[in-house]
This record gives sequence, C-alpha cells and structure tokens, in this order.
Amino acid sequence: MTGSPSGGLPGPYGNSSGGANLADILERVLDKGIVIAGDIKINLLDIELLTIKLRLIVASVDKAKEMGIDWWEQDPALSSGARHKELSQENAELRRRLEELESQGVLEPAEKESREPRK
Amino acid sequence: MSLASEELRYVYAVCRPLDAPLAADLTGVGGVPPRQLAHEGLIALVGPVPERDFAEEPLRRHLEDLDWLSDTARAHQRVISALTSVTCPLPLRLATVFRDDSGVRAMLEEGADRFRRVLDRIDGCVEWGVKVHLESEESRERPAEAPTQDKPRSGRDYLRQRRSRQTAQDESWQRAEVFAQALHEKLSRRSDDSRLHAPQNSSLSKAPGRNILNAAYLVPRAHSEEFVELVDGTKDEGQESSGLRVELTGPWAAYSFTADDPGTEGTRADGTDTGTGADQTERSR
Repeated sequence: MTGSPSGGLPGPYGNSSGGANLADILERVLDKGIVIAGDIKINLLDIELLTIKLRLIVASVDKAKEMGIDWWEQDPALSSGARHKELSQENAELRRRLEELESQGVLEPAEKESREPRK
Repeated sequence: MSLASEELRYVYAVCRPLDAPLAADLTGVGGVPPRQLAHEGLIALVGPVPERDFAEEPLRRHLEDLDWLSDTARAHQRVISALTSVTCPLPLRLATVFRDDSGVRAMLEEGADRFRRVLDRIDGCVEWGVKVHLESEESRERPAEAPTQDKPRSGRDYLRQRRSRQTAQDESWQRAEVFAQALHEKLSRRSDDSRLHAPQNSSLSKAPGRNILNAAYLVPRAHSEEFVELVDGTKDEGQESSGLRVELTGPWAAYSFTADDPGTEGTRADGTDTGTGADQTERSR
C-alpha cells in the first residue's frame, strides 16, 4: 500500500486481506455493510448468509466439501442422516446393556420380544 | 458512451473525499480498477461491470456459483480493504449495481444525510472482529471410541458415566460462556461500539472447535494498537482455561456499524443478554 496514512495502525491480523478466510469475508460482504437499493434488484437483504450457504451447497456439494463446508452433515436440524446416526448409536448401546443385564440374570428377558427364549 | 448499454456500475463504498491516493494497481470486481465518482462532497467508489454478469437474471444465477461468489466477495473486500487504509469508508453490501453514473449520483444525493450521519459516527475508526472458539469439545463428543477400557459394569455405571460426560460438557460450555462474556465486556469498554453476531459455523470457517463468541468492535485507529494488545493478552488466558481460542481479525472497514440508527439496530452491548436479540433485530430488517 502507499505510505502509512493509517497512522500507527497495526498491520492486518488474521484474515482481512490476502489469503483471507472466506467465511469471514462472506459474513461481512453478504450480511453486513450498508444496504442500498440499486438499479439491479437482487434482494440480498432476503438472502441470509445461511440461505446462501445452503443454496450453494445444494448447487455444488463437492466443491463445498472441498472447501470444508460440510457442517450440514453433522447438524441434526439439517441432516436426517446425522439425527439417525445419533439415535442408532444410542439404540445399539442400550441394546448391548440390556443383553448384558439379561445374561447376568439381573433382568428377565422380555417375553413379547422376538428374541430367542432362553429356557 | 456507446458502451453505456453494456456496462453497469458496481458501487463498493461511499466515503469522504480521499486525502491520499488509492494504490495504483488496485483492481476490483472483474479485474477492473475502481474509480471515484464525486457528488456533493461525497465519493462513491465505482467500477464498470458487464451487463451479461450483473443484470438481474445473470446475477441471481451467479450468486449460486461458489467460485463466482468467492471471487466477487474477495474482489469487493480487496477494494474495501485498500480504501480502509486511506479513509474510513462506508462499505456497501455485495453486488449493489446501478445502470449508469447518473444512477449512482442520484443514490448519493438521496442518501446524503444518512451517509453523512454514519460516516461521522465511524470517522477515524476501524472494525476488529473477535471470535472465541471452544476447542476441546469435539474430542469430548466422541466417547464411544474407547469403550472397552471404561466399559460400564452395570446399568447404573453406564448412566453415571453418561451423566458425567454430559456434566463435563456442560461445565466446559459454562466456562466458555463466562469467559466470552467477560471478554466481550472488557472489549466493549475499550471500543466506541460493538455488535454481537451469530456464531459462525466452524466447518465453514475451517476453524476447529465451536464458535462461542462472534463479535465486532468499532475502535478508533489511534487506540487500535492497545486494543490488539488487549486481545492478544487474553489469548493465553483462554488457552490455559480449558481450550478456549481467541481469534482476532482486522482491521476491517466498519461493515458491522453501517446502520443509520444505532438505537434500534444492534446494541451498545455493555449489557448482559443482548447477544442474539441484537442480531435478530439486525437480521429481521
């Protein structure tokens, strides 16, 4: 840059320029900054950052993953897969415990279960 | 002016007349250098953009394209960043486009009062972004990895283990929140204004851990060095107390402080529970 008109301002930290973090830049240029109705009417006002991310991801999942944008896979609210995984993990754990207790004779095997009756 | 029908005007920012020139090699969207368009004591920084990319229909389509959007966002920020090194600009949101120069002038004229008010408010200031990430949480979230070693001997053990994992997680969350809150209060006192933004998704930002605090502070340039030192000082503090990472970005243009009326939008966040409320207020506009 030319000169130092900023007067003792510390150099850029983190991501404001150069190899900047895309998330930080997108957050600001899409979600902050003053909104003025231009002649070309794209209502960015209605496009929240999240919406844009989602639409981008739908449009280009591979590209998004490449960039590390894969959070929707872990978010139960967005991915039925994640919620399902969570539940089945817990299910498996509970089933294991149940079997253990039954085998120790602490609990009677439930009769109406389609399990092998042990007599 | 025969090109007028094929070129539109992309506006990056509004500012006061510049005291120092912009870098000669600065390029903006489409690799074209921005130029200054003056009107009634205000400057709009504009660049010509092709209608085939920035008319309504192609623009809408482009916004779905991650490569295009990243390039455009970076170009936009590059110009704003260069401008921020010579003045305190009012950054416009991405893709604010006019048909021609007279449209830009009309915009400056119409918004003059509003622009001047906000420019006065951010005069001499830059924005610093401060985020706090809770790093250790993810490792705690995968307790199933070593099930053989601490295998529960009874159902009660199992539940107890499960509960203690939950408690440990709750506690680290609580510590993180207390830390973030204290940090935010400390930084708010050292800044002219502050905004709490919605936490960033960690995977998008590629930052490990979970984003607890995502705040922006409006700081006079003259006090920026102190501010940076203050934040740096808390980095160790956070690291020592349970895997909290403090991240500082900037100096940015005052992106988060462009709203006209600070009373209704956002907060002068020195209170306690202003966070999400403030962000929602801003978002719902």
